[in-house]
Amino acid sequence: MSSAHVTLRGVTKVFPASGGASGVHALGPIDLDIRKGEFFAVVGPSGCGKSTLLELIAGLTTPSEGDVEFEGRKIADIPDGVGVVFQEDASFSWLNVRDNIEFSLRGKDLPAEEKARRVEAAIVMMGLTDFARTYPAQLSGGMRQRVCIARTLVMEPRLILLDEPFGALDQQTRLLMGDEILKLWRATGATVFLITHALDEAAMLADRIGVMSARPGRLIDVVETNWPRDRDSRIVERDNFGLLTSRLWKSLREESMKTMGRTMGGA
Amino acid sequence: MRLYQAVVIIGFVALLEVLCLAGVIDKVTMPAPHIILRDFVLMIAHGRYFSDIGVTMANVLIAFAAAFIVGVLTGTILHGYRTARDVLDPLFATYYAIPVFAFYPLFIVIFGLGDGPQLLIGFLLGVVAVIVTILNGLDRVPNVLKKTARINRLTALQTAMQVTLPFCAPYLLTAAKLALAYAFIGVIGSEFILARSGMGYEIGFAYTNFDNATMYPLILLILLMSIFANGLLSRWEKLLLARRGQH
Amino acid sequence: MQAEERKPLRNSLILIAGLLLVWEIAYLIVGEIALRSPLETVTFLGKLMRTDIFWPHLSETMRAFAVALVIAIVLGLLIGFALALHRLSGDAMEPMLVALYSVPKITLYPILLLVFGLGISAKIAFGAIHGIIPVALFTLTAVRSIKPILVKTGRVLKLSPVAMVRSVLFPAAVPEIFTGIRVGFSLTLIGTVLGEMFASQHGLGYLLMNAISLYNVDVIMAVTFLLVVFAAGVNTILLAMDRHLHRR
Repeated sequence: MSSAHVTLRGVTKVFPASGGASGVHALGPIDLDIRKGEFFAVVGPSGCGKSTLLELIAGLTTPSEGDVEFEGRKIADIPDGVGVVFQEDASFSWLNVRDNIEFSLRGKDLPAEEKARRVEAAIVMMGLTDFARTYPAQLSGGMRQRVCIARTLVMEPRLILLDEPFGALDQQTRLLMGDEILKLWRATGATVFLITHALDEAAMLADRIGVMSARPGRLIDVVETNWPRDRDSRIVERDNFGLLTSRLWKSLREESMKTMGRTMGGA
Repeated sequence: MRLYQAVVIIGFVALLEVLCLAGVIDKVTMPAPHIILRDFVLMIAHGRYFSDIGVTMANVLIAFAAAFIVGVLTGTILHGYRTARDVLDPLFATYYAIPVFAFYPLFIVIFGLGDGPQLLIGFLLGVVAVIVTILNGLDRVPNVLKKTARINRLTALQTAMQVTLPFCAPYLLTAAKLALAYAFIGVIGSEFILARSGMGYEIGFAYTNFDNATMYPLILLILLMSIFANGLLSRWEKLLLARRGQH
Repeated sequence: MQAEERKPLRNSLILIAGLLLVWEIAYLIVGEIALRSPLETVTFLGKLMRTDIFWPHLSETMRAFAVALVIAIVLGLLIGFALALHRLSGDAMEPMLVALYSVPKITLYPILLLVFGLGISAKIAFGAIHGIIPVALFTLTAVRSIKPILVKTGRVLKLSPVAMVRSVLFPAAVPEIFTGIRVGFSLTLIGTVLGEMFASQHGLGYLLMNAISLYNVDVIMAVTFLLVVFAAGVNTILLAMDRHLHRR
């Protein structure tokens, strides 16, 4: 039993054939250890299987080969203690902000005061105090993502998975949300696994960054950033930051061109 | 815009009034609007035809409920079976082109002249609209919401009740609106063609007997009821959609 | 690609086979007293169409339907265009048209009978009001949703008003207008037949009602079958054309 929080060993994912099309070898083989409490980001060209990787760790899908372990136990279904924030807006349009956040605690065996306390804490932490009774339709994209993050927080997850959560937001909002995520990470002490296509985002936020190849995605590089734990978006001013992103791009450039070749005229 | 609509309606009624009073529209064809209104008030005040109204309303509600419940259940079940749904698709696409009323004589021959054939027509008219609407709604449940339900480890039933059903609420309302409109059309249409009681029957009877004092108020009553019921459901539908930011 | 194209056809055939099977089973359960089998129905229809009494009724229905359809399309298009081009009218009248759509229009039929008398005119009017509303509503939507960029493009190309309508507006609006005409076709047919069932001495609808009092199950089944096949058949063709237009 490894001391890593999440372990992937020899994991591949092949999507079975349907209709007349042949199966798609989306991912792997992948070997990866994610340390407890670390902030791990994954970057890679589009279609390389990043989201599939996240879904494997979340237990939303099972590997075709290999094992995925969380806290030393093989994942069979959605494990307890895992929270996920998706790229698309997952807020429920028929519930206001508070009820949306409270949704995660429904059916959980907790006293009512504890639930209320957690909901309130999440609302405050995500800066939603003035909007507790608003409906998602009246909020901006960034606010709605905060609601989704808050909804994940109330579960007090030990592992937080983020699938390109800021993909639909503009650059400035993304940078600010990045700071929020870092604050959260420090406050909760959870392990964070982030998928993004934005190199600067990964470089700014993560302790380690995994670079994936074009499909079928494999890890071709894992980069240590050695940032201090109490960092924020001002880290982009440091010299190392530029070095980091150029290193990432060097690994990534060739893979991205392979993907582009595929979509633009290849098979 | 409300003003415009009010002007159009009032203008139309005023035009009718003028034409009637001037004799351009003769009394046998149509009484003046103010006379229709008077007869309408009298009819309601004296409670005439209340039993017929009751019969029609009861049948409309039964046909509506049947079409809605069966339609929702069928649509929900069908949503999970792709092949069955594909096979039935041409039927749904062509269904509303078919003159369902043409089956009314057949139903009378099979079931006899009672409430059965009417209810069946009303039901048949509405049920497919409900099925198609529900299928549409279920198709549109975003994948991300289904994944959220799984992350929260909801059972299938919990997912259905706490995620799918609330999401589909506007579609359920649309389906109800359609089922009700078709129930009106089916039941009242059948009463017109051949029946022994009900508002449609009474209108037909009044027509045959040149009884404009009965016929026009009853026609007005049906129009008002159908517009009112439809309007209520539409209002509710709009409120629901507005809160969600959809229009 | 081949397999994908054959699927809808296969599905339709399975559906038709299924419906015939259900019909046959219903016949076996209910019996001669109230039903006829598919085979008997088709055979009888063949015989019926060779008699002298049938054709006058069929031609009456078809004539009424054809005239009603032309009126519905022409008036529907005019109303639709007018409402689309005059924004205030369009916004105000549209909800009223929609409300009229869901009202049981048969309640208005006695009024039409009083106005037009007991003849083919009442039927035509009745069929027409069924069809006008969808044609008008779809035309209204179609013209209203012509993308402004298309109109701008036409202006930049310095098209004359006629050329603008012919090469920009009309092609852009046609798919949606066609859907309205398709729906109008079906509803006009339904309205015409329905009118015949209420108060008429001629036409297929009359034949159906007359057959009830004579308890002539053969006629009921044959005429119903004919109407269903005609309506479904034409609609399927129109639907294929509709889809083709929308795919453009």
